[in-house]
Amino acid sequence: MLRSRPPVAPPLVRLALAPLPLAPLQPLLALCLNAIVGRHPNLFDRLGAHAGKRIGLNPTDLPFSFVLVPRRARPAIRAVRRLPPDLDANISGPFAGLIGLIDGAYDGDALVFSRDLLVEGDMEAVLALRNAIDNAEIDFVGEAAASLGVLAGPAQVIVRALRRAHRSAPSSQRTTRRAWS
Amino acid sequence: MELVCPAGTPAALRAAIGAGADAVYCGFSDETNARNFPGLNFSREEMGESIAYAHAEKAKVLVAINTFPRAGATAIWRRAVDDAVDLGADALIVADIGLLDYVARTHPHQRLHLSVQAAAANPDSIQFYVDNFAVRRVVLPRVLSVAEIAAINLDASCETEVFVFGGLCVMAEGRCSLSSYATGQSPNMHGVCSPASHVSYRQEGDALVSRLGDFTINRFAADEPAPYPTLCKGRFSTKSGSGYIFEDPASLDAAALLPALRDAGVTALKIEGRQRSRAYIEGVVRAFREALEALDSGRPIVTSGLARMTEGQTTTSGAYRKSWR
Repeated sequence: MLRSRPPVAPPLVRLALAPLPLAPLQPLLALCLNAIVGRHPNLFDRLGAHAGKRIGLNPTDLPFSFVLVPRRARPAIRAVRRLPPDLDANISGPFAGLIGLIDGAYDGDALVFSRDLLVEGDMEAVLALRNAIDNAEIDFVGEAAASLGVLAGPAQVIVRALRRAHRSAPSSQRTTRRAWS
Repeated sequence: MELVCPAGTPAALRAAIGAGADAVYCGFSDETNARNFPGLNFSREEMGESIAYAHAEKAKVLVAINTFPRAGATAIWRRAVDDAVDLGADALIVADIGLLDYVARTHPHQRLHLSVQAAAANPDSIQFYVDNFAVRRVVLPRVLSVAEIAAINLDASCETEVFVFGGLCVMAEGRCSLSSYATGQSPNMHGVCSPASHVSYRQEGDALVSRLGDFTINRFAADEPAPYPTLCKGRFSTKSGSGYIFEDPASLDAAALLPALRDAGVTALKIEGRQRSRAYIEGVVRAFREALEALDSGRPIVTSGLARMTEGQTTTSGAYRKSWR
């Protein structure tokens, strides 16, 4: 069974998060990114010439966005109220959809086809980033939450609860493969 | 029937095998295969590791070297052949006659499959490849009805493989100039149709506009699916209105035809989509594995939900049922 469309956070979430300052978020984001890159040191190797480009990640159901600079040495991410206009590319969609691209829950092409996701700007850079991340098999929720120390438990509970209803259990089928003559 | 599944990365290969693929087809990270997209495909080291992984799982790896070598650069294609053989590929998928000849002469024991790009669509054509290059399997072009496939299998002295899911092309397989016209890069020579470097989407008011190079390919209303902008699936304005002149952006889904394809003597079923993510591959491969199990046990075949994974969010049985005849 295939995953359904990504859920959109209720407007109340956006309202509740809007007044919060972004400053405390920045070191946590850096912590998460460094932890993930530490676990997957080859993560951005597939980017080739696209390493270091500035990619905007715009969760349309949250009151802030992110700017990601993917590169092997000193990758960076920061939260912003509004994406700057000079980015190489922007990816917009529900937060759960963006997270689902990272941990392999959703197919990025299908989300673009269905209009759940909008990609603007340097399409090559976004494709390369998508392929690099998809190959890394990142357990985003687990790995990011683990990097948050004492906040790991609550962070995992919140994100997994949001997505639980949309997750389908993989079957454990094995197959008998055919031999060639 | 054997289930042959796509993989654009080592992780996708593992996902395909985990979901029930009998064989996985993939390519090197260069123009020697027809999915030469940024960040996609396998280094030599990754290919070797992936073949070892597949063999440990009793699955096969078919290496696609199925673009047409450029004059003055044939060494790139020959090196890909030599490396794939050295790395233990179970079969090579090749289209070009010159390259087929190179494989047959240089690696006579290497199993050869004829790529769909070769467009071999009748028994005489197929027999030519069997006789001259010892091709063991032909991937049939997506222009044949099930009855025509059955007729081919009556005469052909090699296995046949047919597409059952994924993107469709209107081109005479292996020869399309639309992408070259718009971008200077072709699926057949550079391995990329409508390269991402020339693609853009832009929100203009309520409409989403997709472009390829200097061409506006489509303009979508808010509730319309937005397929990848290729010229063949563009929406054109004509005197009689606007619409899809060449081809609707619908994808192939032949799950309902599995009994007919089995009866037609088909050996292997192919899923398109090396450029897609693990989520697509895992979902589609698992659906077709379950469909094959249903077929084998006489149960109804159900693959609901797959349309969501497709370009136009809608599917077709393509030429397998030529309802216009």
